Amino acid sequence: MINIIKNILRFIVLISIQVFLLKNLVIYGLNIPYLYILFIILLPFQTPNWLLFTLAFITGLTVDIFSDTLGLHACACVILAFFRTIIINLTVQEESYESQPIPALGIMGLRWFFFYALILTLVHHFFLLNFEVFRFTEIISTITRVLISTSFTLILIFISELIFFKRKTR
Amino acid sequence: MLNLWRFISRFNAFFLLIIYLTLSLILLIRNNDFQRASTFNTSNQIIGNIYQRVNIINKYLNLASVNDSLVKENLQLRSQLSVNFFNDSLKTRLIKDTVHQVQYEYILAEVVNKTITSRNNYITINKGRKHGIQKGMGVSGPNGVVGIVWNVSEEFSSIQSILHEDTRITSSIENTPYFGPLIWEGGDPSIVTLTDIPNQLNLKINERVITSGLGVIFPKGIPIGRVIKSGVKGGGSFLDIYVKLATNFYALQYVYVIKNDFKNQQESLENLNKESVND
Repeated sequence: MINIIKNILRFIVLISIQVFLLKNLVIYGLNIPYLYILFIILLPFQTPNWLLFTLAFITGLTVDIFSDTLGLHACACVILAFFRTIIINLTVQEESYESQPIPALGIMGLRWFFFYALILTLVHHFFLLNFEVFRFTEIISTITRVLISTSFTLILIFISELIFFKRKTR
Repeated sequence: MLNLWRFISRFNAFFLLIIYLTLSLILLIRNNDFQRASTFNTSNQIIGNIYQRVNIINKYLNLASVNDSLVKENLQLRSQLSVNFFNDSLKTRLIKDTVHQVQYEYILAEVVNKTITSRNNYITINKGRKHGIQKGMGVSGPNGVVGIVWNVSEEFSSIQSILHEDTRITSSIENTPYFGPLIWEGGDPSIVTLTDIPNQLNLKINERVITSGLGVIFPKGIPIGRVIKSGVKGGGSFLDIYVKLATNFYALQYVYVIKNDFKNQQESLENLNKESVND
């Protein structure tokens, strides 16, 4: 129950930060960080897949409604959720869900979390920015935007993870 | 049948994924090609109201730069007053002008939301149908052209800014007869390209680019920006002129919506031409 409330709060806070603050934070003219994906990244391991996809879709759609890009963020978020299931299936055993309930920095360790967040952020930004541009002729400038935005989002993810850092007690 | 049901329930999450993906792709593509669903964008009442609340903070932060631009505009308007000009004719005659009629009216509006970083950018303002705004009206800021009204709701409207793939504003270089469409090729939000200007034109850097007055949207002579570079693309006979925009979209707080009182008259006349060609 506490977990559900915590996740709802996280959803509201992250979406508000994204649409009211980060949207206006522009780096080198064209790059914004997309911190709200941290909500999907931090959902518990035991979230069933159907719920995960639904939540991802709703998250994306909410950001879309606020930024006039209906379907864009929703699409990127659903793809992100799909990649999340693949990575977790490959790297985490089901038996360890009891001791390691959520994929957070304090629980999973720095190295695992870094690669996990890096891959998911890259996937999300790649699809998001390419769907936004919607043509292949501008692919090089799009990929530079993806890389700059990714590094910026990652820095913000790590900052917010370190603020709420909780070391696992064994 | 039972097997099919087992199959679906075993992979139900995957089916859900496919459904969501198609749904969002449909939404995305529909939005690019057809009219945007007006219920789901920022001209929507609820979202518009939330943005207006949040915007109060932004307004305070930008107060200094807004004041600055207003003072500059005042200065420019004052310098146009006839009092300032030296009159060297011996006799003056008073002419009572009763024929003179206002063609363009200006409606002041406040920006409540804007995007600058996307490939296609929109601005939301706090005036709508109730205040006489209609789709297709021109919008200019204190420094220059901003865009064209796109969607209108009762109290808000969204503007398709110059920084949009589909915006074409007919503009010309001051004191020349040539005109062409102004387009934004993405990238730097302060630089746009003026195309279709014949290359015999001897162009100087820093010349002013203004609206041409052709069409029904903008009156002639609203500033757009200054020429920073020009060149011929691909050996053609037309110049591609790079223009630095006069409007700073980052600091944009107030805009004027331009209402052309003779729009219907001009448009119906031009449509008549088309019809008579078809006959």
